[in-house]
Amino acid sequence: MDIIAETSLRFFGKMSASISHEIKNALAVMNENAGLLEDFTFMAEKGMPMDPERVKVLAEKIMQQIQRADGIIKNMNRFAHSADEAVKSVDVGDMSDFVARLYGRIASGKGVTIKTKPPAIRITITTAPFLLENLMGLCIDFALNSVGSGKTLDIITEEAENGACIRFSPLGNLSAGVTDIFPSEREKSLMNELKARIIIDAGALTLNLPKKQ
Amino acid sequence: MRVLLVDDEKELVSTLAERLSFRGIDAEWTVSAADALKLLETQSFDIAVLDVKLPKISGLQLKKKMQEKYPAMKFIFMTGHGSEEDFNAGAAETGADYYLVKPVKIEALIEKMNEVLQK
Repeated sequence: MDIIAETSLRFFGKMSASISHEIKNALAVMNENAGLLEDFTFMAEKGMPMDPERVKVLAEKIMQQIQRADGIIKNMNRFAHSADEAVKSVDVGDMSDFVARLYGRIASGKGVTIKTKPPAIRITITTAPFLLENLMGLCIDFALNSVGSGKTLDIITEEAENGACIRFSPLGNLSAGVTDIFPSEREKSLMNELKARIIIDAGALTLNLPKKQ
Repeated sequence: MRVLLVDDEKELVSTLAERLSFRGIDAEWTVSAADALKLLETQSFDIAVLDVKLPKISGLQLKKKMQEKYPAMKFIFMTGHGSEEDFNAGAAETGADYYLVKPVKIEALIEKMNEVLQK
């Protein structure tokens, strides 16, 4: 298996595991709320009065979790379909926001909040959407490991001279020689395929993307 | 039986604590490892039910910290993993013998808690 195929498969697996974990959590909350409703009905059968307001709140909480699970599944569906077309026109700001949402739970696990800032105007480039998501994901992984717990990772998308650039900052204190290990062969293979560049300086990682791959 | 529930899903732990209280089990809850450790400074618990994936530090790491201070305390893990492989990798290192996969049936949790406390 070549390095891009292996990287893609690994990325797909990582995202799928994260998404399934999120769905499990939504189901677990629904399970407890539904269980509490059931407890109330058992108590009512034994003559304890049931508070209609409490029941209403519980029903609303279940509805909220259904909406949450639906949002997660919509993201999963969009992610799965991003591999449908090898190359197509992509809204870079929208994709940055989408990949940031996919990474929300992973970031939260590291105590980091991700905040995205869209470009002032819509920027489209012609690229390989799945590979770009993969490269953005690897950049987020790198940034999450260096930004530090309790911090916010900003992802800013801007127009560049010949395409777009996405800046991930702040990076925190990078150890000496970090640029010798990042980008690694994995990122370099994707950069080569996408004709993208990664620059690490002034506490930021910048991903430069050409207008056309 | 005094139980401490730790999971970053507030709706999950708060509701589970209420349901346990209906069944005569005294349950407290927190949404972070830091809050759990703080709570342990003033209160004692027979058993802790921990989410495997907590923000900042994992449930397995939290168990280690709690066990250092309270060696008699027992632990059960709740995991959102669909499979057992991920959990087993970490569990082997920290000796987490007891766990349940979310969503958890309350009867299964109570049964597991009784089993753990009897050991």
